[in-house]
Amino acid sequence: MEKEIIDLEVKDFSFRYAGASADSLKKINLPIIKNKVTALIGPSGCGKTTLLRSLNRIHDLYPGNEYRGEVNFEGRNILSADEDLIHLRTRIGMIFQKPTAFPMSIYENIAYGLKLQGIKDKTVLSGRIEKALKGGALWGEVKERLNDEADALSGGQQQRLCISRAIAVEPEIILFDEPTSALDPISTEAIEKLIMELKDEVTIVIVTHNMQQAQRISDYTAFMYLGDLIEYGETDKIFNNPDEELTKQYISGQFG
Amino acid sequence: MSSYALKERVFHHLTKFFAFLVLFFLVAIFVVLLVKAYPAIEAFGFDFLTDEKWAPNLGIFGGFPAIYGSFISTLIAMLLAVPVAIGIAIFLSEVAPSRLKSPMGVSIELLAAIPSVVYGMWGLFYFAPLMRDLVGGNGLGLFTAGFILSLMILPFIAAITRDSLNTTPQILKESAYALGATKWDVIKDVMIPYAKAGIIGSVILALGRAFGETMAVTFVMGNVHNVPDSIFQAATSIPATLANEFNEADTELYYSSLFFLALILFIISFAIISLAKFHFLKRRKKVSDRKHKWHKLVKQWRRK
Repeated sequence: MEKEIIDLEVKDFSFRYAGASADSLKKINLPIIKNKVTALIGPSGCGKTTLLRSLNRIHDLYPGNEYRGEVNFEGRNILSADEDLIHLRTRIGMIFQKPTAFPMSIYENIAYGLKLQGIKDKTVLSGRIEKALKGGALWGEVKERLNDEADALSGGQQQRLCISRAIAVEPEIILFDEPTSALDPISTEAIEKLIMELKDEVTIVIVTHNMQQAQRISDYTAFMYLGDLIEYGETDKIFNNPDEELTKQYISGQFG
Repeated sequence: MSSYALKERVFHHLTKFFAFLVLFFLVAIFVVLLVKAYPAIEAFGFDFLTDEKWAPNLGIFGGFPAIYGSFISTLIAMLLAVPVAIGIAIFLSEVAPSRLKSPMGVSIELLAAIPSVVYGMWGLFYFAPLMRDLVGGNGLGLFTAGFILSLMILPFIAAITRDSLNTTPQILKESAYALGATKWDVIKDVMIPYAKAGIIGSVILALGRAFGETMAVTFVMGNVHNVPDSIFQAATSIPATLANEFNEADTELYYSSLFFLALILFIISFAIISLAKFHFLKRRKKVSDRKHKWHKLVKQWRRK
């Protein structure tokens, strides 16, 4: 077996929402392995999205949330108060539940993250945009109309646009928050295929409600329940031979 | 016919009648203005729009000073109000801490509730003397009127712009932050483009309001038929002229000239509101065009 490198390490991590009286995440320990797909599964309210949103500290947009413990990435604890969030978010990208094309052209959408980094040169931009759209499996469909408004694309295309936009800035990790929950089965298949191709370049963490999806695309799976991480392991093992009774019951559909 | 169907028909026609009533009044007002303005239209024609002389005792009436005053005071108001109002809206929607958002938002809306006569009084008794001390003259005129107008339309633009900015989906803002955007990047690149239609609409509606505003302007404009060299000199506007001079209109031509001005005001205001409507329609059409394209494809598919 090839050597596994831990890209990001969640250590004794607890999280509490502003004004809440209890922790939403309780001492989570989870390694995120480089160039693999890690799926976070569990019933609604188990904390999987909360955990995902901690990894790029998007929670910081809303005041009063509290992090405890460590999330180690590129040699530092990204939960520390002096973490440069702007830089962090260029290293750890995010894809949301619904496609979130910006109200601008297809070209501008992809160029956006690059321009934020100060890249202005037209040829450099065009090259990076083409590469990103190819990476997002969208190039063939949009190369003739890069200047069209992005909201003219279908939902599935828009989601691939968002993925292209995220990979354009060449992040180390991409977080997917139920990326196919608003899409039809054909678009879902395209996104799943894309995620499996992307892992050669980036590390992927995906939150999904769909256990079949986790089984199809992930290498590792973490099962969460009520803010605890119940079990983590290789996806095959979690789905076929879990250690915990709770995991077994959840994947066999007995609750959740 | 069943009683149910009868009720349905009565209801249908009754509501239709009400709806047409509005149209009727619109047309009726236009016709009255046109008829009453006719003697002046006949006497002066289109020259009325460009003629600077307004001398009732000589029977000479030119509408240009009033039209000019209306446009310039409105322009000053827009230049002062739009940037400030958009700044306020941005602060209230994205920058302000949440405990400030609500009280400040309400006070902005209260500003919109102040009757225009109060703005006029404040302008005449407080702001005009201030202007007199600052730039000389009697303190009345285009700039003073423009300033008072800007205060009146400011809450209007700020409130609608804030509401438009607030319609930006949270998830869209988060996506920009997730790419490494700063707060200012998100405001300028995501929220403002997203809210553009609402912002432009509010500006056009405010323009219409400023253009037709009578009371406050009458207080502070100075009310002289004059095309001033400077914006700090007294002038007049169409509504101010109408409010001031009907009492004095002792000849038919004078009376009719005032109606001619009213007709011009009606047409310009109508045009401004139509512009706003057209602007919103165009926005909606873009979406329906897309649907239309789909319908066409479906039709083609059915034919096969």
